[in-house]
Amino acid sequence: MQDPMEGRVWTLGKDVDTDGIIGGKYLTIIDPQELKKHVFEIALPEFAQAALPGDIIIADENFGCGSSREHAPQAMKAIGVGAVVADSFARIFFRNAINLGLPAIEAPGVRKIFEAGDTARIELKKGQITNLRTGASVTFPPLPAHLLHLLEVGGLVEKVKDELRQRAAAGPVV
Amino acid sequence: MSGNNGHGQTLAEKILSRASGLDRVVPGQIIEGQVDLAMMHEQGAQTVGPFHEMGAPRVWDPERVVIAIDHWVPASTEGAAVLHRILRKFAAEQHLTHFYDVGNHGICHQILAEDGWVVPGDLAVGTDSHTNMLGAVGAVAAGIGPTEMAAVLALGKLWLKVPPTLNVRVEGRLGKGVVAKDIVLRVLGEVKTTGATYKSVEFSGPTIERLSMPERFTICNMTTEMGAKCGMMPPDATTEEYLRNIAKHPSHPLRADADAAYERQITINVDDMPPMIACPYSPDNVRPLPDVAREHVKVDQVFLGSCTNARIEDLREGAALMRGHKVHADVRFIVSPASTKIYKQALEEGLLQVFTDAGAVFTNSSCSACFGGNMGILAPDEVCASSSNRNFPGRMGPKEARIYLMSPQATVAAAIRGEITDPREFL
Repeated sequence: MQDPMEGRVWTLGKDVDTDGIIGGKYLTIIDPQELKKHVFEIALPEFAQAALPGDIIIADENFGCGSSREHAPQAMKAIGVGAVVADSFARIFFRNAINLGLPAIEAPGVRKIFEAGDTARIELKKGQITNLRTGASVTFPPLPAHLLHLLEVGGLVEKVKDELRQRAAAGPVV
Repeated sequence: MSGNNGHGQTLAEKILSRASGLDRVVPGQIIEGQVDLAMMHEQGAQTVGPFHEMGAPRVWDPERVVIAIDHWVPASTEGAAVLHRILRKFAAEQHLTHFYDVGNHGICHQILAEDGWVVPGDLAVGTDSHTNMLGAVGAVAAGIGPTEMAAVLALGKLWLKVPPTLNVRVEGRLGKGVVAKDIVLRVLGEVKTTGATYKSVEFSGPTIERLSMPERFTICNMTTEMGAKCGMMPPDATTEEYLRNIAKHPSHPLRADADAAYERQITINVDDMPPMIACPYSPDNVRPLPDVAREHVKVDQVFLGSCTNARIEDLREGAALMRGHKVHADVRFIVSPASTKIYKQALEEGLLQVFTDAGAVFTNSSCSACFGGNMGILAPDEVCASSSNRNFPGRMGPKEARIYLMSPQATVAAAIRGEITDPREFL
């Protein structure tokens, strides 16, 4: 997890549904490298072709609403999205993103200080995102410690791996 | 109306206190909850990789895990066949015997409901967003992603932020031809798609108390569209009766305190409420159905199905309207029961005959046209009248296609007339 991080900005509106991130017809795809070719096909059709590693998605309210599909943050992570920042998130998308180690940052008011193509600087632990073109910034409550920890170790798989390792080292539970 | 300054606990707080082994929890608190039931459908195939990567030797409790195949039944693509294969192999390896495979299948939430897998007081999680539906028995039931499910299978627990609660009190008597779906659409019109984000929605009031369990499931199902973590109803005699012979484990019926501290309370009165409809492209774009009917909105496809509204009661009500009529010449009408059990019931009761004689396609049980990934896909300029739960752009395929959400009765009325129609015209 990079902190601070800078990246080129793509903008989206409110209520971007998981169908807009990855359509129902792609849900049988397991390989993230295959999935990423279809990311944002409906919500932002030019994205998959032009995306660069480290790009930052900035959206309005209720980003990722709709289904529980993990394909959505998975496809975003696979194509190299550095972080997704939104005025607010739908809850399952938020959990899925953090569980995969993709920073999802809730920063009310963020959408209106950015335009597509701007450069954003995110200070995750400080709780601030700045538009480097205009100098405008918004602050946000930093993620709770246990979620920052999840991002630091690289996601839930790594965290549970550690926990199971520690359990095994502690010996059998009586 | 605003919140309640009481000091008591809401239903979600009571259940999460129990799940975490704490005397009391407060909204915003992060807890670790012991899971009573974990459910997976095809998305569970993505759980298998992370589960093994985590190094988990075995599933924490195979008796508490249900797998139901529902999105692609039977497999319609090679990709779907591979997902099914991964799940079958994993179930065999891990001795997961509660596997509802093709032939004994159904929509995962309906399987949990009709086989008593979730009981009052439970903390249940599933790899589908509409897991909220099971909250109707007085449980916390929430959707999670497959990686999170891997952690649940490994540890039997997950972290949760205790949600604040929105209390929706429903009063009044439903008129003829106005049903549970109309209630939840009306609530969505007020609460909107973000009005309950991260929250628990707790329904109460005399109208809710009079509802059957199938009707309660329909309402809790669509708390997902409000952004809610979970939606629930207080367990009562109706709940107890429904679960009497089917409950898979002991229940712990809990109720909110009389002075529960709700973040927000709203009251809805359904006296004189007409049928409701959610217009494209959002489930909260809700209007009285008769207003839309006056605009003569033509439909190309009609879908009576999904976890929201494809129970036997929905099919019976639909068939009652269908009898003596034909599906309009310009309409394709798809009817998909929510489970194999319901399919057999419909067959026995002659409902399948009623629909097929009228010119409908009666399919095997599955999520069917609801999610735009298997069958019943629309062309870009087409319109669908549907008893399902979502109408965001691209839900049934192309982003331009327009989906209207309504009660099962209203779908049948649309199938007959070829346009959005007030179902009360057929009563």
